[in-house]
Amino acid sequence: MRIYSLFVYVFLYTPIAIIALFSFSAGRSASQFEGFSLKWYGRALNNPFVMEALGNSLLVAFVSATLASILGTLAAVGLQGIKGPARSLFDAIIYIAVMIPGIVIGIATLIALVTVFDVVNPWLASVWPEGREPPALSMGMPSLIAAHTMFTLALVVLIVRARLQGLEGALSEASADLYAPPMRTFRLITLPLIAPAILAGFLLSFTFSFDDFIIAFFVAGSETTLPIYIFSSIRRGVTPEVNAIGTMVMLASLVLLVIAQLILRRSDKS
Amino acid sequence: MTERERNWLLVAPAGAWLLVMLVLPLSVVLIFSFGERAPAGGWVPAFTLEQYANLPARLTAFQNTLTLAPLGTLAALIIAYPLAYQLAVRTDPKWKTILLVLVIVPFWTSILIRSYAWIFILGGQGLPALLGVFGFEGVRLIYTPFAVTVGIVYGYLPLMVFPIYVALDRLDKRLLEASSDLGARPLTTFLRVTLPMSISGIATGCMLVFILLMGEFLIPALLGGGKVFFVGNALVDLFLQSRNWAFGSAVAVMLILVMLVTVTIYMRLIARLSATREDVSIM
Repeated sequence: MRIYSLFVYVFLYTPIAIIALFSFSAGRSASQFEGFSLKWYGRALNNPFVMEALGNSLLVAFVSATLASILGTLAAVGLQGIKGPARSLFDAIIYIAVMIPGIVIGIATLIALVTVFDVVNPWLASVWPEGREPPALSMGMPSLIAAHTMFTLALVVLIVRARLQGLEGALSEASADLYAPPMRTFRLITLPLIAPAILAGFLLSFTFSFDDFIIAFFVAGSETTLPIYIFSSIRRGVTPEVNAIGTMVMLASLVLLVIAQLILRRSDKS
Repeated sequence: MTERERNWLLVAPAGAWLLVMLVLPLSVVLIFSFGERAPAGGWVPAFTLEQYANLPARLTAFQNTLTLAPLGTLAALIIAYPLAYQLAVRTDPKWKTILLVLVIVPFWTSILIRSYAWIFILGGQGLPALLGVFGFEGVRLIYTPFAVTVGIVYGYLPLMVFPIYVALDRLDKRLLEASSDLGARPLTTFLRVTLPMSISGIATGCMLVFILLMGEFLIPALLGGGKVFFVGNALVDLFLQSRNWAFGSAVAVMLILVMLVTVTIYMRLIARLSATREDVSIM
């Protein structure tokens, strides 16, 4: 049994190790190790396309995780006091958001937005003041941020709601009994207690958005994110440069995951 | 402002976002699936079932998905169960958490990067070259259903281990001792106590993996090399290459329907299975 488990761990980590190993190869070939070198890391970090894709990925991940944390937390708090069919409908939509395959979300968002833009753009042009260039809405960073926010917002609602349900109502009731206004109770009692869940939700949302390929593939228009860059590089043939990027991305996700875990663990203890 | 109004005000922004970015797009897909393809690609309004009648044209994608998704789920289960058992029942509590975290960590790193690693391993200079040394010449692994299955199992194994671990961890270990004290052989204890008690974890793990696999695109695209394709790959082709939005929408609607039907049947089956188990345990 022990040997079997060891075997599964080897299975889980060999591919990751291979990518990390080949990223240090000095040669051009992506599948043969020809001496240790950090040159592919330098090459990747000096590649303007990689840097632009990285910048886009970080921006999208940061903005959508922030929006999702705020909107998701507000919704989770508000939902506590809502019952009946409206509540069931909202819960159903949240579950649909998490269950529907990413590829369907990507496609649906693409065709819906393109259709809406096709109607809105001529209208915008007709009402725009004479002599000025009317704006043309198109797929790009805003649509990608909106799509990622939709999915991660559902994640945050689920995470924060689980934390809220675990809280005892006694504290906020006591606060209300002592005539603290609701806003004050929320700020001084509820918010500190659910803060770790919000932060964990933010980090998970960030990781999701940063790693997402399939939704971005449809919704990003002509913009490139890091997963899109990696995917198209693989299509052209893997180079050690892609391995170096992959290794850095995995390391970054790992750091975020550890931070999220530490925060959740600490809050459980206190 | 009443408390009721305040609650609605808090939920409204998230609700509006979900409405515009989820409910509206999904409704558009449903509406588009009854339309027709514009001559230059895109969509023209119509009310026809033609797209649904054309679905058999993409039958292979559905067949591949509906064979490889259950197969991959089953393979992941078979590989995951002994590991989850070892971690939950046989491991020193001191090491449990860290060993479990080690299983889950890969799942949180990009599936794109983890999948393409298998292009090296299964490609000509990887495993086949190694097999060649042992005299098995000319074995082709990459771009086969086998490669896609390996990628699937690799990608989703952590998601299978976790719920089974949780179920087995909750299991009262004294039950296992009681069973063996009463003279049950280890296999009998496993079949009559351990396995039935972990059925909820198995059910959760299988459902999570199966649902994700139904919409899979990346793994078949990278490891199937266009020869082994899923519905997800057909969708990418229809929307981005042939720009047949009406037919693509019908395929998407059908995918969701197939998912709903299989998951419902599966849940019924699990419910019945756990019901009969209780009958047995009463006897």
